[in-house]
Amino acid sequence: MSLIQEARTREGGLAARGAVSQPAAWSVTEHPWAWALAALLLIMPLIANGFFLIEIFGTTLILGTIALSLMFLAGYGGMVSLMQLTIAGFAGYMVAVFGVSGNANISLGWPWWLATPTALVLAMLFGTLGGALAVRTEGIYTIMITLAIGAAFYYFTNQNWAIFNGHTGINTIATPHVLGINWRTDIAFYYLILAVAALCYFAVLYLSRAPFGLALQGVRDNPRRMAALGFNVNANRIAAYAFAALIAGLGGVLQVWNYRQISPGSVAVERCIDILIVAVVGGITRPVGAYIGAFIFVILRTFALDFLVKVGLDGNRFRLLIGLGFLVIVLFSSDGVIGLYERWRKRGQAGGARSRPGGHGHG
Amino acid sequence: MSRFIERHPIWSLVILLAVACLAWLIIAVWPPGLEEAVGRKKVFLSAVFNGITLGGLYFLVASGFTLIFGLMRNVNLAHGSLYLFGGYVGYGISTATGSWILAFIAAFIVVAVVGVLLQLLVFRRMEGQDLRQTMVTIGLSIVFADLMLWAFGGDFYQIQTPAWLVGPVQLPLMTAMKSSGEAVFLQYPLVRLVIFCGSVVIGVLMWLALNRTRVGMIVRAGVDDREILAATGVQIQLVFVLVFALGAGLAGIAGVVGGTFQSISPGEDTRFLLASLVVVIVGGMGSIPGAALGAVIIGLAEQLGSVYIPTYAIVVTFLIMVLVLALRPQGLLARR
Repeated sequence: MSLIQEARTREGGLAARGAVSQPAAWSVTEHPWAWALAALLLIMPLIANGFFLIEIFGTTLILGTIALSLMFLAGYGGMVSLMQLTIAGFAGYMVAVFGVSGNANISLGWPWWLATPTALVLAMLFGTLGGALAVRTEGIYTIMITLAIGAAFYYFTNQNWAIFNGHTGINTIATPHVLGINWRTDIAFYYLILAVAALCYFAVLYLSRAPFGLALQGVRDNPRRMAALGFNVNANRIAAYAFAALIAGLGGVLQVWNYRQISPGSVAVERCIDILIVAVVGGITRPVGAYIGAFIFVILRTFALDFLVKVGLDGNRFRLLIGLGFLVIVLFSSDGVIGLYERWRKRGQAGGARSRPGGHGHG
Repeated sequence: MSRFIERHPIWSLVILLAVACLAWLIIAVWPPGLEEAVGRKKVFLSAVFNGITLGGLYFLVASGFTLIFGLMRNVNLAHGSLYLFGGYVGYGISTATGSWILAFIAAFIVVAVVGVLLQLLVFRRMEGQDLRQTMVTIGLSIVFADLMLWAFGGDFYQIQTPAWLVGPVQLPLMTAMKSSGEAVFLQYPLVRLVIFCGSVVIGVLMWLALNRTRVGMIVRAGVDDREILAATGVQIQLVFVLVFALGAGLAGIAGVVGGTFQSISPGEDTRFLLASLVVVIVGGMGSIPGAALGAVIIGLAEQLGSVYIPTYAIVVTFLIMVLVLALRPQGLLARR
């Protein structure tokens, strides 16, 4: 796990040490930017119009939540799983299959409060089983196995008509109406996404300092020693997969409510890899990196076409841009944009910042 | 082999029985009851032959993948892109010159050069950081896929089969017995058989090169422990470049084969990357015989699955992978 380890050592040793200084993470004076950002996100509907609210910020938060599940596995568990989007897509498909959609021959028509938990439970089951397979081998093999699972699921959705409706997918999926509010109207949906994303983000932050998260980081750094200490290494890893699957599943449910349709294209191998790109570009060692990466990705995806056309290039070369950007990040900054920012900040206050010990906050 | 039978008598029996069953199904004339239950023998035989020949193609792709992985611990997720690139190069050469053989040679050389460049310019700088290398190959596969989409568009290309290979050939395998007592034999495309034989020859040559030559010895030693090998004074960087060139070149050849068998288009890179992943996971990482066994198993599973349970075919492939991971996580023929 050289990439992560390298980023870790740059950060200054074990994460456990960084975690000790966490209690200060909530004070306004310590992290003015984090509070400003939180406030900005809360009042976003006043500033942004419908397009920006959902297409940019909503999509960012959804994508970030799915990437957060990968960040949790890779950053704290050292397991780079490429099937997180597959789990999200599976949850989305299950919402469509159990809930209400335009394909009446497939959808069972359950109400949302029954269909959504069912989908989440099934997604967790999927993630746990996949994780149980992946932990049979170690390190670099995890990528291969999870990629194989993701690709197999993509081809399966493509060729199966009984459950997944083949390559046309499932359309006009119903979204919940609760308390007289249609939760798919822009502002309500934005707050729903924001609430889920915040919940997942803080759950990951909390878990990273809880005994389970610390044990997981111990397993990442030295599985043998943890086994000798009496920890069940594989059980820890599988539990991490289960938790990550829940986060990814939540992201997937939001995603299917956002687009109101799902098809094999939503779980294609490129999409799986996009999640890895998002997490790595943002910085795979910190939860906030997932959201930063997602923001960059969504901005690029939305505006690259106009930008490329404006500078006189072919607008369809968006993926080339993404691929090259990813290559640059992987080659030059192993902890992503956050790492770049932090190195820049350190250079700015060289020597002066020595007084602050240990870890950095979770901006 | 005999040690395997000694150590796993039950498994040997199961495998032997399975092989015997398959052999009987292929050779015997099916009784009417079986034909009613499963369908015509001709369908089954074609599926088996398609599976085995597809296995040959998978072997060509996966052997390069497994060789590169075994020696350099580099999970080359851009391997599918190399396959696709080989296909495009082969298509270009064969339409320009009309020569099928030349297409193979050109694809091998061009893709091998790409492999050498990758190893020299990219992977050499980050030796021993396998996760980072894998990330880089992911980035490269995205860039390559988009560049190829740019250059060749989204069309399907099929490489022209040379005239002397066109048409079916009659195999000495009965598919049915006419009421007059006359036997009906299986007709099968000659080109697929020739390509399959070609991939068997390549596989045997690779095995011989690995097990009977000095370079092969160095490569095998490198698979086992490259630090010690480097310490003995072998120019390991040169070996790495050679192996990467060979692995990439094989992917290029496979691209031409795939372009003749089926067709090449964007998206095929992912398909063959998945195939090589599964083949290598099933067969055992870094093992050439493992790649051969895995390729035939996966090829057969895919073809038989798509004939008999079309909407769940991929599940069969996937279940095989799961089963292997559960029983023998290092792969069927891996040593470690």
